[in-house]
Order: sequence, then structure tokens, then C-alpha cells
Amino acid sequence: MNKILQRRFVDQILVMFGRESKKPEQITERAQKVHELKRMTNKAELQAAKDAHRAHQEKSHKWRNRRWATLIFANLLFVVSFALDIQILEGALTASRFIGFHLIDLNSALQVMLAHKHIITNLFIGTGTVLVLWILLGGRTFCSWVCPYHLLAEWAEKIHLWLAQKKLVTDQPIDRRLRTVFWLVFALLAVVTGYTVYEAISPTGIVSRALIYGGSVLAMLWVLALLVFEVFFVRRAWCRYACPIGLTYGVVGIVSPLRVKYRLESCFHEGDCRKVCLVPHVLDTVIKGRAVDTEVPIGPDCTRCGLCVDACPTGSLKFEVKGLSKLM
Amino acid sequence: MSEKTPEKLGAGATVETAAPAARTPPPKPPLSKERRQQARRRVLRTILLTGGVLGAAVSGFLPLAYAQKQRLRPPGALDEKDFLASCIKCGQCVQVCPVDAIKLADLSDGFGVGTPFIDARAQACDFSCDAVQCILACPTGSLTYHKPDFLAVRPGAKLASKPVLLAKEKDAEPTLNLAERIGVARLTRPESCLAVQGKGFKGQARGADFDGELRYMKVDRWKPIKVADHPYDVELCDLCVQACPIKGAITLETGPAKDGSGKTVGIPVVHEPCVGCGVCEMICPTEPASIEIIPGEGWRA
Repeated sequence: MNKILQRRFVDQILVMFGRESKKPEQITERAQKVHELKRMTNKAELQAAKDAHRAHQEKSHKWRNRRWATLIFANLLFVVSFALDIQILEGALTASRFIGFHLIDLNSALQVMLAHKHIITNLFIGTGTVLVLWILLGGRTFCSWVCPYHLLAEWAEKIHLWLAQKKLVTDQPIDRRLRTVFWLVFALLAVVTGYTVYEAISPTGIVSRALIYGGSVLAMLWVLALLVFEVFFVRRAWCRYACPIGLTYGVVGIVSPLRVKYRLESCFHEGDCRKVCLVPHVLDTVIKGRAVDTEVPIGPDCTRCGLCVDACPTGSLKFEVKGLSKLM
Repeated sequence: MSEKTPEKLGAGATVETAAPAARTPPPKPPLSKERRQQARRRVLRTILLTGGVLGAAVSGFLPLAYAQKQRLRPPGALDEKDFLASCIKCGQCVQVCPVDAIKLADLSDGFGVGTPFIDARAQACDFSCDAVQCILACPTGSLTYHKPDFLAVRPGAKLASKPVLLAKEKDAEPTLNLAERIGVARLTRPESCLAVQGKGFKGQARGADFDGELRYMKVDRWKPIKVADHPYDVELCDLCVQACPIKGAITLETGPAKDGSGKTVGIPVVHEPCVGCGVCEMICPTEPASIEIIPGEGWRA
């Protein structure tokens, strides 16, 4: 990793905590060359090339379908494990046992430790297992590949976008620093009050338990209120601006080897990826003239949902496992 | 260097994409009226979402303020305050219970949302599992066999000795691994108690529609059956004493009626080994139950 990419790496961590992404101060020579060549290209030719790509673009939902299947499978495994008493994945998303191995959600564990100020062995073991898993798979991968609220919010987002297209609603962005503030507030509340305050309103836990154990009508009404807010006012409000679980996993995923990588050379800068992205600030690098190198890994706030990979007409965004390409 | 940011972004656009693209930033132009309005609205929305989320979070305190009736927690539960702090709301205790005694609370229980409780009248914990499985399942130690030294013990919660489970009485290890009780049974309505009135009981204890289950040693050592499938016929009602799974926790003291009618009457008396499991409350044939568990209550001689 060169100095410039290192700088971007640190920069992306700050962006995750809520800083606006800025134009880069330094760009590698080879990337500058590509930017230069793109500027020099004849406009008509460029348009023709773009159109050709558009014409041959396959409308793919490969990654979305794989992701939805995984998400539904994981949550269904919880449900059937209890409903049919097959004991494969017992518990709920906050804490569970996979064939006997403790798995404990990192944010829930953090809340419990802060509130209870006491750590028992099982909690420690379960947290460790999950930590290793998500460091390897990319922290926020949890969000888009496992969290059941994410799927509900994705469907609500479809309604929002449809209404927005009809000009009935407009997305009202919120300051992204709010999520960091919430994270701190809920951590502080847990320490001070001795209650796992966040767990009481966490839609992830509420939806997961509702799926497995049923009931909890009132709690689901709160989730419904969130979804309505997202449909009519702020696109993906909870996942983008509020959820402390997302930030916890984001931090875990900072060093993750699994990520999406951007290739500058083939990109036509259509911006399709940023339109479908949950966290478009991580894709600032695709804006014309912004990429600091010819290949740029996407930052830790990325949920590895693959929507951009599916949407990219030129295949400039691809999943990558760091080091694996060198190995092969 | 005259390029513009090319994309027309959809609803996902954020403000930073509209920034001028020159490498050395020109002096900031004064914000247009529209821009200022946009910024103001964004601040307002941020405050709205903040207020909404924190409001919802704080609503968790409400049940505390109303000092809601304490729920009966599963066996081995820490004291309420510690319990609410440590429970991770995963429901693994719910999953292992053979009689489905454990339920999860809703949002009306504030920070107790998703925490386990037992509605003893509907389905009590009858220790059909023999080993207090819910404690074994708990990943955070909210339900525990051995409470860490620094955690408080409610007055009267400590059991004098490990309770003997009648079902295991002849086993090499007849006791339940429980150090504290979760509540105590009390004859809260002596006037309605059938034994106190000298009455017997015949039929299904809780009617034909009652779903609750209980393990009857004489029927099946391992499998609990429906209470409705096990009708009673007794001269003097002693259902709570018959059903109690703990050795020496409750007895029926009998004697002649005080009104001189010559009738034999009785009164169920709760003793120190009572762990607060709630079986007596579930089986009590009167409506409402004459004997009830007081959750979190300690033993008073």
C-alpha cells in the first residue's frame, strides 16, 4: 500500500465516523495519467463507448439474490431451529449457539458489559468467535447479509424510491455524524443507568426475536414507525444515520481482507453505483477525478452488499479478498 | 482543470458531490438562499431523528417510573436490576424449557423488552428438565448457578440447602443446583381456598381448555402431560401439595373445623425449601388462584 492509499485508508475511517468525504489532496502519478487520458478522450467517442456498454449491460441481480438468500437462510435457521427443535442455531441474533458454539453479537455484548460491568466466560468466548468471523468477512457484512431489519429497510427503500420517482416524496439527508453521537450516547447510557438501553429499541434484536418467538406487538410497532419514517422522509434513515450496531461492525471491518475494489481505468463514471448504495460516501472515489490510484479499495463503512457490483455497467467494482489475488 | 462532477445523482446524493472540482479551492461563494434553507432543514431533521430515537429509548424508563409489578424471572435469575443489565435478550432459555414456561416480554416492559419471565398461572416451571436447563443455556450469566460474590443477594433469597427435587429423590444426586429462590408461594386468598373451606375437588384442575403441562411421576417420569389430561378426585383439596415438585416445600395442615361442624378442614403451609417455581399457583383450581407466587420475595419465618 503506497502512502497515498494509506492516507485514504485513514480518511475513510474518519468518513465512517461522519466526516464528509473531500477531494483528495494527492493522487498517484499513474492515476493522474488515467484521469488525464479520460479528459482528452473525444466526447462523441466516449458517449458511443458508454452507449455500447449500456446496450450490452446485463441487468444482473446476482449479488443481491445471493445476499437475500443468505440473509433469509440465516434467519430461517434461527426460526426452524426453535420451531422444529433441531437445535442447529439456537437463540436470536443478539446471542446464539451454532451447534453448541457460543455466538454473541458484538454490539449487544458491548452493551451488556457496559451495563453489567462484569464479563463471564461464555460471553467472552461468544464475542471472540463472532469477532474473528466478522474481521474475516468484513464487519458491516453483518448488516446486509444477516440483519433482518436491513431486508425490511431495503424493501421500504424500494417503496421510497418509487414514490420519489413519482415526485411524491424526496429524500431528506441527515448529518452522518449523528450515528457516532448515538453510539457514544448509548454506550454512556448503558454505563450510567446500568440498563442495556439500546437493546430496548434495537430493531435488529426486535425483528429477530419477533421472527423466532412471535409476539412483541408493541416493539414491532416501533420498527414499523421507523420503516414509515424511511419511506416518507429519510431514505434508509436507521441504517445510514442511527444504528450503533453498524458503527461497531464498521470498526471491526477496518482491517477486513474482504472488500469491494474499484478499478479506475474501465470506469465511465456513470454514477449508477452511488444511486443504489446504502452508504454512497464510501463510493466518492468513483466521481470523475477523485480516484487516488488506479485501484482503490472501498472503505470500512461499506456493507459489502454487492448492489454496486451488480449495478456497475463496466465491471469496475468487484469483490476482492486482499492478498488472495497475489496468492493465486 | 475545469471538469465538473459529472453524475446527476439520484435520491442518494449527498451534499459533498456538488463541491467545486478545482484542485485549489476558490474562495467560498456565499450560500444561496436555497442552500441555507436546505442546511437548516437538515439540522431540523437531524434533531427530529435524534429526538425520536432518544425518546423511544427513554420510554424504556417509564415502566420503572410506574413501578410496574415485578415479573417472575426464570430460576437462577440475578436480582432484577442486575438481571436487566446483563440479559442479552436472546431467548435461549425459552428454547430449552421442556414445558414452555418462559416467555419474552414486550416493549411495555421498558428495558425488559425481550427479557424472559414466567407467567406461573399459565405455565409454571415444574423442573421437568431435572437440571435447570435455562441456567445452562444462558450465555451471559443472567441466570446462574453460582452468583459472583460482588452481586447482591436479596434478603431471604438464599436457600438453606439445595432443594431436593421429588422426581430425583431416589437418584444419587437428588438436588437441584439452585442457591436462591425466585419468589415465595403465599396463600394470598385463604377465604377462597377449598381446603380452608373443607371442600374436596373432583375433575380437571383448571378445566378442559387449560393448556398448561405438568410432570406426573406416576404417569411418566420423563414426559410432562397436560394438566387437563390428569383429572383429580380428592376428599379434601390438596392439589398444590400434590403437585409441588420440591421436597418439603408445602404441606397441608389438617384439623377439625372451628365452627364445630365436625368437618375436616386444612390449610396449605409453605415451608423454607419453597423456591418460587409457581406450580401451586398453576394447579390451584379456584379462580383466581388462592395461592400465588410473590416474585422476588424472600423467605420470612
